[in-house]
Amino acid sequence: MERLIYRYEKKMIEQKLVLPGDPVLAELDTEIVWNRQHPSIPVLEPIFSKLNINSLLFSPPAEPYRSIIDHLAECTSDVITLKDNETRTFLHDIPVIHTFSPGPIINRLKQRKCVVIPGHGIVTCGTVSPEQTYVNFSSVLFSCFVKYFADYLTDAILGNLSREQRDTFDRVNSYLKPFPEVDVHLKKGPFSSEDAVYGAISEAGKPIVNYGFVDSVMGNISYRYQNTLYISQTGSFLDELESCIDPCPIDNSSCTGITASSELPTHLEIVRNSAYSAIVHGHPKFAVIMSMICEKEQNCAFNGMCHVKCPESRYVRNIPIVTGESGTGPRAICNTVPPAVIDHQAAIVYGHGVFTAGEDDFNDPFYRLCSIEKMCREEYFSGISHS
Amino acid sequence: MFGWTGKVLRIDLSSRRYYAESPDSEIYQKYIGGKGLAGFYLKDFVAREWDHPEMPLIFFTGPLVATPAPTSGRMTVMSRSPLTGTIGDASVGGRFGSELKKAGWDGIILTGKSDALTGIQITDDRVAFSDAIDLKGYPLSRFNKQLKKKGAFAAVGPAAESRVKFANIMFDGHYAAGRNGLGLVFSAKNLKYITIMGTGTPAIFNRDALKKSREDILRLAAASPVLMGELGITHFGTAAIYDLTGSRRMMPTENFKHTYFEAAKRCNAHAYHLRYHPKKSGCTGCHILCKKIGRNGDVLPEFETMNHFSALLNNDDISTVVEANQICNDMGMDTISAGATLACYAELTGKNLSTKHIVSLLMDMALARGIGKALGQGSFEYATAYGTPEASMTVKKLELPAYDPRGAYGMALGYAVSTRGGCHLRAYPIGNEVLRKPVPTDRFTFSGKARIVKIAEDVNAVVDSLTACKFIFFGATLEEYSKAYAAVTGIESSGQDLLKIGERIYYNERIMNSRNGFTKEDDDLPKRFFDESGSSGNQINIPPIIRKDFLQARENYYTIRGLDQNGAPTPQKTEELGLSWNG
Repeated sequence: MERLIYRYEKKMIEQKLVLPGDPVLAELDTEIVWNRQHPSIPVLEPIFSKLNINSLLFSPPAEPYRSIIDHLAECTSDVITLKDNETRTFLHDIPVIHTFSPGPIINRLKQRKCVVIPGHGIVTCGTVSPEQTYVNFSSVLFSCFVKYFADYLTDAILGNLSREQRDTFDRVNSYLKPFPEVDVHLKKGPFSSEDAVYGAISEAGKPIVNYGFVDSVMGNISYRYQNTLYISQTGSFLDELESCIDPCPIDNSSCTGITASSELPTHLEIVRNSAYSAIVHGHPKFAVIMSMICEKEQNCAFNGMCHVKCPESRYVRNIPIVTGESGTGPRAICNTVPPAVIDHQAAIVYGHGVFTAGEDDFNDPFYRLCSIEKMCREEYFSGISHS
Repeated sequence: MFGWTGKVLRIDLSSRRYYAESPDSEIYQKYIGGKGLAGFYLKDFVAREWDHPEMPLIFFTGPLVATPAPTSGRMTVMSRSPLTGTIGDASVGGRFGSELKKAGWDGIILTGKSDALTGIQITDDRVAFSDAIDLKGYPLSRFNKQLKKKGAFAAVGPAAESRVKFANIMFDGHYAAGRNGLGLVFSAKNLKYITIMGTGTPAIFNRDALKKSREDILRLAAASPVLMGELGITHFGTAAIYDLTGSRRMMPTENFKHTYFEAAKRCNAHAYHLRYHPKKSGCTGCHILCKKIGRNGDVLPEFETMNHFSALLNNDDISTVVEANQICNDMGMDTISAGATLACYAELTGKNLSTKHIVSLLMDMALARGIGKALGQGSFEYATAYGTPEASMTVKKLELPAYDPRGAYGMALGYAVSTRGGCHLRAYPIGNEVLRKPVPTDRFTFSGKARIVKIAEDVNAVVDSLTACKFIFFGATLEEYSKAYAAVTGIESSGQDLLKIGERIYYNERIMNSRNGFTKEDDDLPKRFFDESGSSGNQINIPPIIRKDFLQARENYYTIRGLDQNGAPTPQKTEELGLSWNG
């Protein structure tokens, strides 16, 4: 069986989160096993003796994340405060230290799941599986990317940019790849068997990951077939869904789907109240960034609570931006996303991600997700150039 | 002092005297509360027999109890188990813990033995004793209403008076301190009930910080499909897990001979919803509300109870499951042990128990009538007397709950090394092995499971000491709860700091069991799981567990836990954790 440390090293490299040769991962049962020999190991190994953990990851991130995170870390004394909703829910904030040595790393990992050391990299840990170290690492990159670009445009709009900020932005921007030409042909629906549904969902998950519209275990995808909604499981990788799809009867006559995505209520509400069968939820970065750009924010009574209390009807072009938190409850997106998606076939959730829907198969929702991200990216740089 | 009241109520039933004790603040910081403090107070007496007058029966809340911290209405009850001989403890919900705290007490330590059946009424700092001889033999439903008028309450039913070794203490009518026979310890002190009412308010160090940590925890709970999702525990109770163990081919069926129950679809949470139209109920201070009460007042069974009165007995009549649950609650018996003992009886006698037979046998158990008297001693003693101890599906004589170990190897290891016997709640690896929280792990491997189990035991020791509910840890973590702890007590602590305390609390339990002669021979699973396959199907293969792999994982666990290779505590580790041990 492949060791998990190698599996997640490979994933990080494939997703261009790190450069080959950079990530150092370890897992511990009775003995520590490292994925490679590395000069950082004498600093990292003592962490295991002081923390009740079973896995550890250290790596400098690849560009543009490296420049972004170093910049954010240098702008703060000890913690990066997150702005996006979902990573804030799970990470709360990101501690920063300025010395790559065991003591300070241990002190911060006692409090949080990760620590940033500018000029060196990021350390994350897990108590169950190396998967946690990878998910936490990926979440740090996502949230820092979103925060950096959102803050920059906000400062640009307010006329607050310094020379140094502009220089950093130019450097970061130089690392961004152009928006890709998307050429994907997914299976045509409607699907007429359970097997076909499983195949279609598994197939559709892969390009969502490959084009960078989700990171690690974020995002979810579903299809309604007859009276059952088939949906990706919570904490599943959308490019590895083959054994991670839960069938959930629309009438809740089985709880097998208790392991389904936390956004199951949102998906169910959409398919129960519309002709849409195929739903995709991704976390494309520029859509998330643009959802958080608001010129009224500074003087708004709900500043700081935008993700749940924004009173405005907001759009990026014709796509509505809605509020809400993950899961269920009165503040949850299962109350806000379904009506917006039913009316517009798509919705952007403030600081979170994008939902799209289609009637027969995943081609329409997938391309809609792409076009929304492309549009948001254009809107972003248009905003920069006009400010 | 914030978070704690700083007072422990000592009651000696022999003399009917009581007094307040004020533990050093260092003790509180070292053991937190709940399970931790109860273990601290039990340790010096644990080598006595469970019915020795000096054997304490201990009730402890934790610092979060009766504060706005989510799921903080629980408490721990602890003594030595009559069923297993190990330490016996239970985390229990309801209102008792909150009332105890509001009455100004962190805990109660009961010792001695009354010369007649007695009830205790506690109102703030006043303690009164009453004769309870009139209640002898009464099922709980006959006097619950009477007790409820006096506040929260704990009581025992006829099963404890019949010396059923898995008799429960029942709290507020239907919250059980179950599994270990703590009801029998209660009854051995000639105690029928305790009521408690408090009017105080616990002191909180930083209310704003507590509010912030509460919001963080609630946000994580809302994002957890297992807890608050459309199919989650909030809507269906723990019954929601029933379909999952069926689909994963790990549903204990017919005394663990099989792992798939054909009739499961007719006995799932949805079936109960259709028939009983339940409403939500739950413990004080909890927003999950996992308890389900039918429209006509029937308390619906928890997942384990559902399984053990249906699949484990090859019974597809859910009304019998509800009735069996009601009998156990009313008589004060543990449903898991009762169901598993009946399953053992069915296997050994070759009978497929009819619905009527299930009900009558439960009553026979509770009242020690006929064969029921032998069954009331638990499946191990019954099967041993029958000459077939291997038919008892127990670890350390405690009946196994509703996750077949062949379907989840972390659970297999967790059952084996648990300090109270065959218990799923010590390590609770169902989270990662089945429910995918915090991340999924491969349920069919022991690789890495020794450390996962050890860390999880430490986490849950903290949870039971704070005290909070394990369910919310399907969403939140000690990272968030350490902030709540710091906000309530004013003691800055990280999740890792608390884990270290959890390690101490759990190791203390290994020391206590070691004193009573428990070794690695007891950290084992029934032979069936190494010899027989489960019910493979639906592309899921359920082979027997490979014993060599299990033994290696157990050895790894001992290494990681700091035990010797016989499973015994070591002086070095004992000292490192700040514990004492006289060998």
